[in-house]
Amino acid sequence: MTPALPSRIEAVVIGTSAGGIDALSVVLPALPAGFGRPVFVVIHLPRERPSLLASIFRSKCAVAVREAQDKDPVEAGTIYFAPPDYHLLIDEGPSLALSDDELVNFSRPSIDVLFESAADYYGDRLLGIVMTGASHDGAAGLDAVRRAGGTTVVQAPDEAQSAVMVRAALERGPADHVLTLAQIADMLKRLGGEAR
Amino acid sequence: MDAEVDATRQAASADIELPLLLDALYLKYHYDFRGYALASLRRRLRSAMTRFGCRTLSQLQDRVLHEPASFPALLDFLTVPVSDLFRDPSYFKAIRERVVPLLRTYPSLKIWVAGCSTGEEAYSLAILLREEGLLSRTLIYATDINPQTLQKAEAGVYDIDRVAGFTENHRRSGARSSLSDFYTAKYQRAVFDKSLRRHIVFSDHSLATDSVFAEVQFVSCRNVLIYFRRELQDRALGLFKDSLCRRGFLGLGARESLRFSTHAAAFTEMVRDDRLYQRRDDA
Ligand SMILES: C[S@@+](CC[C@H](N)C(=O)[O-])C[C@H]1O[C@@H](n2cnc3c(N)ncnc32)[C@H](O)[C@@H]1O
Repeated sequence: MTPALPSRIEAVVIGTSAGGIDALSVVLPALPAGFGRPVFVVIHLPRERPSLLASIFRSKCAVAVREAQDKDPVEAGTIYFAPPDYHLLIDEGPSLALSDDELVNFSRPSIDVLFESAADYYGDRLLGIVMTGASHDGAAGLDAVRRAGGTTVVQAPDEAQSAVMVRAALERGPADHVLTLAQIADMLKRLGGEAR
Repeated sequence: MDAEVDATRQAASADIELPLLLDALYLKYHYDFRGYALASLRRRLRSAMTRFGCRTLSQLQDRVLHEPASFPALLDFLTVPVSDLFRDPSYFKAIRERVVPLLRTYPSLKIWVAGCSTGEEAYSLAILLREEGLLSRTLIYATDINPQTLQKAEAGVYDIDRVAGFTENHRRSGARSSLSDFYTAKYQRAVFDKSLRRHIVFSDHSLATDSVFAEVQFVSCRNVLIYFRRELQDRALGLFKDSLCRRGFLGLGARESLRFSTHAAAFTEMVRDDRLYQRRDDA
């Protein structure tokens, strides 16, 4: 049985790196058409490569999929990918903001930057998910989500293609739920089934 | 439970403190960050708090008001001094292919690099124009609000470990020569040629508070507007419009556009992916 999430959740942030495309391919297609909340995703990719993420996932997902653009108003029921070589932040509005600040944890976009700004904006109405990856990015970000009263989910280390990121997140503090990808997918599906 | 309540209270206080700090900086130092996008400002101020050992923004405000010597260090946090030579090579390639042929028709050229940081963008354009045979008739105004980065820009000296990346970017921009023709390596540093520097005027100018200072054929302003809220973006774009001659060119950063600007109608899109625009004849 997968845990139910608090219905106050208004937005979801997901961070992953190595193995992330496969993991996202399990989780994102589970979002039902009426999910009704924005989902912001940072996945580390080679910096120079123009991102094909949005086009890869568009055909697999029931909700809208976009590459984040600076100052765009946040729309519910949309998956936003951080573009390569820019940090993605959530700003007043809510709206999207990009920045080319220094690399954080050797990464731009950085999971910590997204999670911390989303925690500032959404507080306890945020769900933060850290999945497979070979970096420590995301640990501080998930901690910020926790401190703001949000809900935290970490992929089970045994199952993660690369467990460095999920272990780092768990070492930083306890997660509300440690789940397999299938369980994360199921949990999001059920969250989407609830009227907002 | 206590922790949650506490966290909410903290966030709320920071929301009160932030505008107060920005007002203080404006009143004391005439630097106007009040129109900047909040999320990244907040993030950078958080790093500044750690660096200055301050627990709150109010403490930081106290420090910067009463110890003016701390202001330059804070400015480095607030201004994001990040740049690269030939950053986004395709932008410079598009300038070579689409803008340079039209620039050739002017007997003398003025170019404005707004938000030049430590100078890389201005040197990139100078190198490109030298390769295209246009530098001798060109003056580049390179402006920024951070005097420390302007000083580095003036010097034109960069760490040698950055040169491999510079060289690769330059090559991909459609280079007509070798980057090594433009610098000398000395003590782990690459010193860029004074003959480039002679065509660049570095100066202090704020897109938030200053006005137009020259008529130019080309404005390059990259990765500055993303830090501004829409109203301030519009102010800056208004300056660019007023500064550009008819049919003059505007280049923005890879993730910036005129989408939300009231000045959008004054420009036509030249090269969409590389964010190159041209001022309309009738605007
Ligand atoms: C991220 S850097 C971009 C450097 C360079 N244009 C590039 O794209 O590589 C942003 C620069 O904008 C400058 N800046 C910030 N606010 C400004 C303002 N109001 N007027 C002029 N420059 C400003 C900062 O000092 C910083 O050097």
